[in-house]
Amino acid sequence: MKINSVKSKLDLDKKIIDESRDYAKEIVEDVQKFIDLRSTSSVERAVLRLFGVEWYSEEQQLPYVNIIVDKLINDNLISRGSTYYLVNGLLRTGLPLKEFCDNIVSGKISFKSIEPLDFEVVKKKAMDMALSSSEKIEQNVVKRNQMIKDYGEGQPPYLYLIVATGNIYEDVVQAQNAARSGADIIAVIRSTAQSLLDYVPHGATTEGFGGTYATQENFRIMRNALDEVSKEVGKYIRLVNYCSGLCMPEIAALGALERLDVMLNDSMYGILFRDINMQRTFVDQYFSRMINSFAEIVINTGEDNYLTTSDAFEKAHTVLASELINEQFALKAYMPQRLMGLGHAFEIDPDIENQFLYELAQAQMIKEIFPNSPLKYMPPTKFMTGNIFRGHVQDALFNAVSIMSGQTIHLLGMLTEAIHTPFMMDRHLSLENAKMVFKTMRNISDEIEFKKDGIISNRAKKVLNDAHNLLKEITKKGLMESISEGIFADIKRSLDGGKGFNGVFIKDDNYLNPFEKIFIEKLKMRNPQFS
Amino acid sequence: MKIKEIDLKKVKPYGDALDDGKIQFSFTLPVPYGDEAKECAKRYLELLGFENVMITHMDKMGLGFSFFIAYGVANKTIDFTSIVVPKATKEVWDKHTIVEKIEKDLGRKIVVVGACIESDAHTVGIDAILNMKGIAGHKGLESYHGIEVYNLGAQVPSEEVIAFAKKVNADVILISQIVTQKDVHIANMTKFIELLEAEKLRDKVLTVAGGPRITHELALELGFDAGFSVGTFPEDVATFILQSLLKKKNDKRI
Repeated sequence: MKINSVKSKLDLDKKIIDESRDYAKEIVEDVQKFIDLRSTSSVERAVLRLFGVEWYSEEQQLPYVNIIVDKLINDNLISRGSTYYLVNGLLRTGLPLKEFCDNIVSGKISFKSIEPLDFEVVKKKAMDMALSSSEKIEQNVVKRNQMIKDYGEGQPPYLYLIVATGNIYEDVVQAQNAARSGADIIAVIRSTAQSLLDYVPHGATTEGFGGTYATQENFRIMRNALDEVSKEVGKYIRLVNYCSGLCMPEIAALGALERLDVMLNDSMYGILFRDINMQRTFVDQYFSRMINSFAEIVINTGEDNYLTTSDAFEKAHTVLASELINEQFALKAYMPQRLMGLGHAFEIDPDIENQFLYELAQAQMIKEIFPNSPLKYMPPTKFMTGNIFRGHVQDALFNAVSIMSGQTIHLLGMLTEAIHTPFMMDRHLSLENAKMVFKTMRNISDEIEFKKDGIISNRAKKVLNDAHNLLKEITKKGLMESISEGIFADIKRSLDGGKGFNGVFIKDDNYLNPFEKIFIEKLKMRNPQFS
Repeated sequence: MKIKEIDLKKVKPYGDALDDGKIQFSFTLPVPYGDEAKECAKRYLELLGFENVMITHMDKMGLGFSFFIAYGVANKTIDFTSIVVPKATKEVWDKHTIVEKIEKDLGRKIVVVGACIESDAHTVGIDAILNMKGIAGHKGLESYHGIEVYNLGAQVPSEEVIAFAKKVNADVILISQIVTQKDVHIANMTKFIELLEAEKLRDKVLTVAGGPRITHELALELGFDAGFSVGTFPEDVATFILQSLLKKKNDKRI
């Protein structure tokens, strides 16, 4: 993604920024030690999916990967990871992958009954298999780059639109038309509560609530539809889905295999907003991000959500603090800044005098602190009402801040935000609004400077200072303790509480995940900052 | 200059003169952009009974879809004086009065449990009513002396809400439903009431529903005691709760 460069003009204290980053690093390193010792059921399922286990058991109404990992858990074998037993089984039985999995799923073969081969022998075979899978993902990266070269792409702020009909085929009609109206990025909103399913649904789906299920087949259908319309409109249209919830690493694997371009992926969102266990989330986000990074998928973090529950004016610093933490988590997963779409939002109450100035201050500040990241800027939602005319003005103000502060991924505000999932005409009007504001104000950022010690500059400094103090406080207690005290979004979560905790396990000394090894090695070569 | 007097028994839309009947429209037709699309949109509004239809704007939306902005004149009139809307409360008390009445008239604390149930993950509404901060300068119920609040948050199964309400001996359960696609809110709210009835709690606990598409009437229909929509402040809900509890208390005495 192209990232606009914006001059520094807020006179922020570099020392405070650097110190804040150091605190964030310290906070994350503490959690990373915890992560490194553990894996989860969904990480192991993601590994199996990367090996190509994409089948579904109609009889048991579950994906193969769930059935296989559940068997490993029940047999007390999981601490070595799913790879060892899969590959050992393949070597011992000589069966092809599908047939071997069929036998495991039907119960004809049990993992326990297969004689274990020497660890090194299994490891070598596993590395070979993983290498060939990861080459498929690398081919997707090459293909994406080639298509961007052939068709071109939009320019930042990229116009990001949502489709959410519940029916993937209806989504295709809406997504293609949105692209024809000018969208650069299409997100298929997931069905409400998919994040709490501990499996990924299977096949093409035509029913959902408030969105469409994320499945491998739905990913394929939409990818093909967008490739088709990319050719027609003469620019590469990017596809987004949600790499969050209990199946975070699996969705990452599917997105990498089916060439998605952007994934919502946050290190803490699930903990706070979906009450998913924090240990589970921290471990899952690590492997997810590594997969995303390897597939050159831009992640979008979810800080904007904090402001839908906390006050956007009083709690602006929690967004910055969380972005700094998200940045460090991503770095730990070998993700370069150019793939980190850190999130923030335009959510200050429009009844506050000078609201626009404060929003501009925050957006500009975040841009200056993360100049090399493709920031994701979210539109007003909390203060949108049934008055769609007022809403259209609020969205215009949001559009103005975005172009003035050089945001990269611009999620379009909908005038009907408070009413329903967007109609086709809502999208059309919103696109028209954003395109007009961006066009008429294209170079405004180069033209303006902010008054020294004015409202904007002082606001930015205050938010930075508050974030600095908050991070300092978190380093003392640790991140997990801080979350349990409700430091983000005023929501409290405990270490062992929430959903999915039973899927977390400690890794054996002989634990094997060949993808992790390959990804790290290749990511180091691809991104010199990690070598 | 003399102007026409408004006849509340015969009301019609007002554009810039009484009884001109002007209404604005915006809509989409799944037809390809062009003169035929424009004529089609005009005739469609005429078919609905509008006169002097003007298509003031037409735009192409992708392939095979056209968007219109239009004006038309409506002829029908309606009797405003015959309109009656059921409301949860006749009179709304302010926070100070509520806190005072809880102490003096009710004489005990009120326990409130709230949640966004089932698939709904949007806590904006329940938070505005319950959380300390409240909304638009109106503090939430958490800030009321004499009201004990448990906000269970998003996507809580109905079973859990009811179990929790039992545990803390709740006087009131607040259910928030924001997502209404495919009427999922109706299904969720119905499920909740059915479970409550199964637990034989329906008559013991006050039930209040809230959300942008929820009216008092709809809530009553689904078996709730009250429903609140957009524009509701915490004191509206608190007033309803207190008035109901006071009525219960007095009924018992009789």
